[in-house]
Amino acid sequence: MDFNDTPEETKFRKEASDWLSTNATLRDDEEAFKYAGIGEDDALTSAKKWAAKLYDSGWACLHWPKEYGGRGSTPIERVIWGQEASKYRIPGGFFEIGQGMAGPVLMMYANEEQKKRYLPPMAKGEEVWCQLFSEPGAGSDLAGLKTKSVLEGDTWTINGQKIWTSGAHYSDYGILVTRSDSSAQKHKGLTYFFLDMKSPGVEVRPIKQISGGANFNEVYFTDVKIPDEQRLGSVGDGWKVALTTLMNERLAVGDASGPDFQEAFNLACSHDLNGDLAIKDGSVRDKLADWYCQSSGLKYTKYRNISALSRGETPGPQASITKIVSGNKLQEIANFGMDIMDAAGIVRPESADAEQTMYQMGFFGAAGIRIAGGTDEILRNIISEQVLGLPQDMRADKGIPFNEIPSSNKK
Amino acid sequence: MNFEFSSDQMLLRDQARKFLENEESVKKAREVLEGDQTHDESLWRSVVEMGWTATTIPEEFDGLGLGYLELCVIAEELGRSLAPTPFSSSVYLATEALINQGSKEQHQKYLPKLAAGEIVGTLAHTETTNSPSPENLNCELSNNKLNGIKIAVTDGDVANFAVVSAKEGDKVVLGLVDLASKGVEITSQNTLDPSRSHASIKFKDADAEILGSSQDGWVALQEILDHAAVLFAFEQLGGAEACMDMAKEYAMGRFAFGRPIASFQAIKHKIADMYIAVELARSNCYFGAWALSTNAPELATAAATARVSASKAFHECSKENIQTHGGMGFTWEFDCHLYYRRCRQLAANIGSQAVWKNKLISSLERANQI
Repeated sequence: MDFNDTPEETKFRKEASDWLSTNATLRDDEEAFKYAGIGEDDALTSAKKWAAKLYDSGWACLHWPKEYGGRGSTPIERVIWGQEASKYRIPGGFFEIGQGMAGPVLMMYANEEQKKRYLPPMAKGEEVWCQLFSEPGAGSDLAGLKTKSVLEGDTWTINGQKIWTSGAHYSDYGILVTRSDSSAQKHKGLTYFFLDMKSPGVEVRPIKQISGGANFNEVYFTDVKIPDEQRLGSVGDGWKVALTTLMNERLAVGDASGPDFQEAFNLACSHDLNGDLAIKDGSVRDKLADWYCQSSGLKYTKYRNISALSRGETPGPQASITKIVSGNKLQEIANFGMDIMDAAGIVRPESADAEQTMYQMGFFGAAGIRIAGGTDEILRNIISEQVLGLPQDMRADKGIPFNEIPSSNKK
Repeated sequence: MNFEFSSDQMLLRDQARKFLENEESVKKAREVLEGDQTHDESLWRSVVEMGWTATTIPEEFDGLGLGYLELCVIAEELGRSLAPTPFSSSVYLATEALINQGSKEQHQKYLPKLAAGEIVGTLAHTETTNSPSPENLNCELSNNKLNGIKIAVTDGDVANFAVVSAKEGDKVVLGLVDLASKGVEITSQNTLDPSRSHASIKFKDADAEILGSSQDGWVALQEILDHAAVLFAFEQLGGAEACMDMAKEYAMGRFAFGRPIASFQAIKHKIADMYIAVELARSNCYFGAWALSTNAPELATAAATARVSASKAFHECSKENIQTHGGMGFTWEFDCHLYYRRCRQLAANIGSQAVWKNKLISSLERANQI
């Protein structure tokens, strides 16, 4: 056990830190989580500019093979890069689905020509990808999806509707799961594709969220054509491909972003409560200690998972705990932050980088993160079934054709 | 960077686990709980023969001179198996206090015998139901004579000597006292966890020598407790994981409504939450182990984090293990209560959860220079 760098790691860290210091702006703790008040278009432009810079200097998608635009780095080098990069103001939030989920699936299932065509622009941030999985009637029960795909000659025709598709409105490509055979059993009649989001018949409608923003969408498919060569995996094997994607999603989903222990601690050190600094209050200290233990526990759990990866073990569902713990912690910290600011905590400030903003954003953001990418409840099922080996719940949809399974509209 | 124990250390953990299973350590814990013994002497002798009491003692004092990481994996297994021995008092507290705070002469005098298991030591700190502080300590040490009363001293009726916190004028000092000497009166105390023995100790003009130089005994004591906190956290981690495993095994075998209760989400999610608590505690314990083994500047923070996290995990797991077992979990016959009891004992022995949470935030305040 050694939490210090080896000589090679020291060298890599210095290289990373040298590059970052000449190419990015350091952030101090005070502004760590202040949200720059820029619109989505500007944020996307600056994220793309940053991604291109990374790519041109060989720092994009560290763990990908060089031929696809990566650096061929070890898992530990990824951790080191992450540690160094976290000291800087890094624009982001647009490429996680592509680089974290679509990329690994293309690497496993696409042909060589496709990999050469799509992976480098993905790494460079030139082309943005989205994930078209959930449907109005298929969220936690994803395999219940109904978007229909029919093959005629070499071309598939897609009809149906997806929902909760983050970034569909600015994405160039998407990964898509469809039902190609509704008379087969639920998990056996699915087929997986990637498609151009500009294809005729694709219609993206933004959904207004509780925060007031609209980062996700409904996506309608009306006679959308997809060439058969854009199928990933065999016909009817879509569930297997989707599981690969979801496994990578769990690795790609990091901590819930927003105020964490350090921000709550700084807030308590600078605000009055009951006539003294809040940090002097026993109940405040009690909560802060819990959050510190959770943050620290998650940090070193992630490092342990990376150590397991470097020993050659495959990424397991263990990573599911990160999202459960950090989503709930964020919700508590957001509430705490506003509570410390008393009645003023709920006032929407004039300036987007005022102290209230990050807690108010966390207040809404946490409610979303606990649902997105697997609800807290589904993740607990995954932990208990896939990590601990407990049996599945009794199911009413096993072993019968999909079109005979009871659903909300058909009982 | 590597965040896992080495293969040698993992091998040691496996050997320790098998050894304690063969020794039927949990069964022996129950026997001690139900009987009159203070501990299981045969298990204690076997543990000594394994050389575990000598783990971190330097070779010049007949120890093995191994690192703390080895001691951590042993502690995890002792916790998992509820080992009813004075190991933790003698090794995590007394031996650590001597190695880190003792003088050359004290090293000579105590360490070889501690390594060989010929003597047992403990720490006597608690005096009343008030959490101890430099202000409320009542024991007095002056001219090498100790007066006062300590209570809830783990292994107080087994140990040959104790490290005792006391006041010398306004100063806190740590005294070393031979418990067989004149003026020492030991009375066994019944506690919630009789699988570990406890005693009150009355000192009346008892001979005591100062531990090391003890410039500031309170600071020295905090250092001793930080070391012990990491090691106790590994015991708590082992206990917590044992409870999770028990709950899982029972839920798989117990049928209700025509199926294993482990297939109900109410139970699965409960066990998933145990897993989350155990994993967070494990990761924090590993960082604590590293900080201890390298004497890192983060040790105070890392020790408190490991302690708070492991206390919480053991609490969660030991109570929800009973809940998963239903009525069976509430019977004397099942082992659930042995863990529930040990959890409470370990959560209190070197300071309560509230004390350690406060220490954690205080150490972070120092780190943030406030």
